[in-house]
Amino acid sequence: MAPRIGVVVFPGSNCEHDVVSALDQAGARAELVWHGATDLSGFDGVVVPGGFAHGDYLRPGAIARFSPVMAAVGELARSGRPVLGICNGFQVLTEAGLLPGALQKNRGLRFICDTVEVEVVSSRSVLTRDVAPGTVLRLPINHFEGNYTCDDETLTRLVAEDRVVLRYVDNPNGSTGDIAGVCNEAGNVVGLMPHPERATEELLGSADGLPVLTSFVAASAASAAVTA
Amino acid sequence: MGSSETFSVLVEVRLRPGIADPQGATIERALPALGFDGVRAVRSGKAFRLEVEADSAEAAAARAGELAHRLLANPVIEESTVTVLG
Repeated sequence: MAPRIGVVVFPGSNCEHDVVSALDQAGARAELVWHGATDLSGFDGVVVPGGFAHGDYLRPGAIARFSPVMAAVGELARSGRPVLGICNGFQVLTEAGLLPGALQKNRGLRFICDTVEVEVVSSRSVLTRDVAPGTVLRLPINHFEGNYTCDDETLTRLVAEDRVVLRYVDNPNGSTGDIAGVCNEAGNVVGLMPHPERATEELLGSADGLPVLTSFVAASAASAAVTA
Repeated sequence: MGSSETFSVLVEVRLRPGIADPQGATIERALPALGFDGVRAVRSGKAFRLEVEADSAEAAAARAGELAHRLLANPVIEESTVTVLG
């Protein structure tokens, strides 16, 4: 059965409908979940989409991490079910401490709206479990604060534990280690700056987002089977 | 319990040493063009003014420090200092 995936909506989110549409295309039953929700136990996976949650006031994700839904997202993550943060959603997950590091202003202080190449580094995450390492994907990026930052110790650990999920082929924003996406220790929580949901049709310039979203949907279905 | 007073508190948030600060670096590069030579190590940050009810200046500082750590700063890349102004 198609897994039920929640797509969190904060005031200021703006990619939620694209994510729902892309997840449905990838075989899920996706639905919007307001950030005031406190129970996500009926969901097999959850996506925190892009946008400007709570206006990005203070720092991207700084206010959103205290939204009621985030406790439920944390619970879902701890239960081993797949959690994905895209762009602003990645920023929210780092602020919430579900992923290591932080996203800083881009090197060069420019908002970047472009299509870039990213390489799949690890198949250990729910986003890439069905995609071979070395695969290069063309995905859109659209951010001002996408400069992944962590200390040397964290970087060494991420590399040693195979938790760098995606790397930029040509680093556009100054990210440490060219990192475009990382996962937690268990591999079920993933964050990335590029927007796979905007790359699901060749007509729109790229369909390279589909394999990773399909992988995420398959992982959600697998987690549903385990829980059932 | 002593009687509660209101203290004016300044919280400054800045990037930890060693964390790249593209905003500070850009400001620093702009300064010579304006005639401000000999200015170095520009680091950007944020400042917050708060009014905190507490029994003492120490208690106000402790409370502001706690909220700075939980919300105003991201401890992964930032640090904060608290000054009780009065």
